[in-house]
Amino acid sequence: MKKVFALIAAFIPAIAMAAGGHVHLDEHRTDLHDTASLQRGAKIFANYCMGCHSMEHARYNRVAKDLGIPQEMMMDNLVFADKKFGDLMTIAMEKEDAKRWFGNPPPDLTLVARVRRPDWLYTYLRSFYEDPMRPWGVNNVVFKDVGMPNVLGHLQGTQKMGTAEVKVGIDPLTGQDITEVEDNVLYLAEEGELSAEEFDKLVYDLVNYMVYMAEPIALERQTLGWWVLLFLAIFFVPVYMLNKEYWKDVK
Amino acid sequence: MSKNQNTLMGWIDDRLPVTQTYEKHMSKYYAPKNFNFWYFFGVLSMLMLANQILTGIWLTMNYVPSAEGAFASVEYIMRDVEWGWLLRYMHSTGATFFFIAVYLHMMRAVLYGSYQKPRELIWIFGMLIYLALMAEAFMGYVLPWGQMSYWGAQVIISLFSVLPYGDALTEWIRGDFLISGATLNRFFALHVIAVPLVLVMLVVLHLLALHEVGSNNPDGVDIKKLKDENGKPLDGVPFHPYYTVHDMVGIVVFLMIFCTVMFFFPEGNGFMLEYANFEPANGLKTPEHIAPVWYFGSFYSILRAFPDKVLGVIAMAAAIAILFVLPWLDRSPVKSWRYKGWISKIFILVFAVTFVLLTWLGTQPATGVNLILARVGTAIYFAFFVLMPFYSSMEKTKPVPERVTGGH
Amino acid sequence: MSQDGVNKGRRTLLLGATTAVGAVGAGFVAVPFVKSWVPSERAKAAGAPAKVDISKIEPGAMLTAEWRGKPVYVARRTQEMLDVLPELSDRLKDPDNSVKTQQPAYADNINRSREPELIVLLGVCTHLGCAPKYHAEVKPEPFDENWKGGWFCPCHGSRFDLSGRVFKGSPAATNLVVPPYMYESDNVIVVGEDEENA
Repeated sequence: MKKVFALIAAFIPAIAMAAGGHVHLDEHRTDLHDTASLQRGAKIFANYCMGCHSMEHARYNRVAKDLGIPQEMMMDNLVFADKKFGDLMTIAMEKEDAKRWFGNPPPDLTLVARVRRPDWLYTYLRSFYEDPMRPWGVNNVVFKDVGMPNVLGHLQGTQKMGTAEVKVGIDPLTGQDITEVEDNVLYLAEEGELSAEEFDKLVYDLVNYMVYMAEPIALERQTLGWWVLLFLAIFFVPVYMLNKEYWKDVK
Repeated sequence: MSKNQNTLMGWIDDRLPVTQTYEKHMSKYYAPKNFNFWYFFGVLSMLMLANQILTGIWLTMNYVPSAEGAFASVEYIMRDVEWGWLLRYMHSTGATFFFIAVYLHMMRAVLYGSYQKPRELIWIFGMLIYLALMAEAFMGYVLPWGQMSYWGAQVIISLFSVLPYGDALTEWIRGDFLISGATLNRFFALHVIAVPLVLVMLVVLHLLALHEVGSNNPDGVDIKKLKDENGKPLDGVPFHPYYTVHDMVGIVVFLMIFCTVMFFFPEGNGFMLEYANFEPANGLKTPEHIAPVWYFGSFYSILRAFPDKVLGVIAMAAAIAILFVLPWLDRSPVKSWRYKGWISKIFILVFAVTFVLLTWLGTQPATGVNLILARVGTAIYFAFFVLMPFYSSMEKTKPVPERVTGGH
Repeated sequence: MSQDGVNKGRRTLLLGATTAVGAVGAGFVAVPFVKSWVPSERAKAAGAPAKVDISKIEPGAMLTAEWRGKPVYVARRTQEMLDVLPELSDRLKDPDNSVKTQQPAYADNINRSREPELIVLLGVCTHLGCAPKYHAEVKPEPFDENWKGGWFCPCHGSRFDLSGRVFKGSPAATNLVVPPYMYESDNVIVVGEDEENA
């Protein structure tokens, strides 16, 4: 029976651990223009992450404005009951309690995408696997002995680390997958509520949102950058000509 | 009395030498006409100094210099203060471009022998500026109170422990048994008031000394030797308007590069704003890889090139100190590398490459090949200076022309 | 070096163009410096509209709420108090609310309020910014023998009636400000927000 699940695992990208412990990170193609993705990410964050993790440098009203979420919808769905629209996105969990429960208090995540980078987050959130030795029963490939439970586990299903048949390529003639049996790979031992593809999409949206949160001004910054460069290019013309004109005197 | 007594300017000039000063330093300051692009970096350094001072003043309006509030106040500036993000990026990117300009400005002096007699004092003032700038940048980087702020300060302050009474000394610098809010507060005071004051005064001295002896040029020719019937140097042009309009071109091009980095790569790929510094300071958890910001990379490489802490610190201090005596190490009869012998030319080029290499290595883990490269680089760095009295005096130089060449 | 054959007109034109574009650039650069002084998002959040529960205000009583760090007086006037208002006209500097900036249009009436009983006023004296005190009782006061109830500013003696209108002989020139407010329900008003700027 186990082997069958291992075959299912063949369809999800397996993350192999190299000898040195250096893990390959899946690329997160961040797209801050994808407002729908950011909105979904905001909702996922509020539902699954904000129980423990604050975004204490950000304000609800800014998020609503930037992501085009109407105030009422924001207040009803994403803002804790005791919070006002303009409040910082802090949480009620006491640092002391948190320390007792998790060993370390769950860190604030406002800037996590700038610290860890999007690729790491995208890989990390999809790389939990079953490990009965750990307090929460899970370990993580890119964050060894992490203190966090796999809150998205019921969506993803149960991943295990071990020997499995994984897809290594596609046969160019038949179009069928080429598989190989490899050691130390992650495989999906039990399916979750979402398909692998849906789950990847969900994590993609979540990470997209976290990247937005880490620097909410990013898009505006770039737009302004083009205008500034345009201005400097225009300014260059008279400045350059003026210089040429004066230096005509110098033989 | 002034002959212009009836004008407002005349009235002022009788009481304050405004016109005289303007003429001495601008409209009648004769600069060689053959400046090339290397000569932009002096004014560009000044531009960056102005940028740092102005944006710095504005940042202090919202920054909170305390261990509890510093990190959050920086994010407050980035998010809640209108346009605060731009002021902060102007300051953080400005630090990098200040150093780029200063390094190229120093390289110019090395290329054209601008430190040689009679410009030794200009060089000394310049080196003091560089020293103050390093202190300024180091303390500034502590202020956001992120992980790199904290651990960078920890590493740099620990360097002082090799001195006599080192432990007492480091404790005195920190004002605590560890890096703490006390350290942050004094660094803030030094960063925003004391060091900028020193910097500005040194810049004034640097310029006064320069204008006393006159600017050097790519040929290393003294333009004051040949003057026309009015006593004006034949190869000189008044700084204003000729070099003001000329510098404007350099400024606009420089700003384009500056703005490209600031608006599109404000983190400088982790070299300007290190990723770990977006995590609040935590005295119990060291980041995996502590690297200085890029502009300290070269000296950090030299520090790490030695397996012994004391030796490393001495070498690093020596690497900076030896720059001060450069005017007396160069025994060449000519100033510009254009007319120096091939040994000097090769040494200057190798030195420049080595400096860039050491800078890069300083930001990387010091293991394996990197460590070997850093050691070779350190050897070359010192060889360039220590051997200079010999190769510069022994090699065959080319004849220096009477008048400047090229130019416009 | 010579200036022979210099086209002075071209030189002046280029100088003008450079100066003009440069001045525009300097203007752009000034924007972040100037605009960073406006109230930040934190200040705006702290100054967000304030909800005030008015159910507990007895007739004739007043409570002090806070909006944007300033005291807001919310008083429930009795019918007798309201009846006094029209009689005061010739003792007041501006009985008819001629200074329109002192109240929103919906409070531009003799009661200076939406509902006649409930008055909402900024507790900031229009003279020099002190907080006037509430003296509701109709009785001779040291500062006014013919006092009909209202606010008295202890700093410089400005007097206001129960609609916040300033009495003649006061140093204050204008009536107390009625801030924007609206009824969220019969028992709750929101200060700092109305239909116009919701």
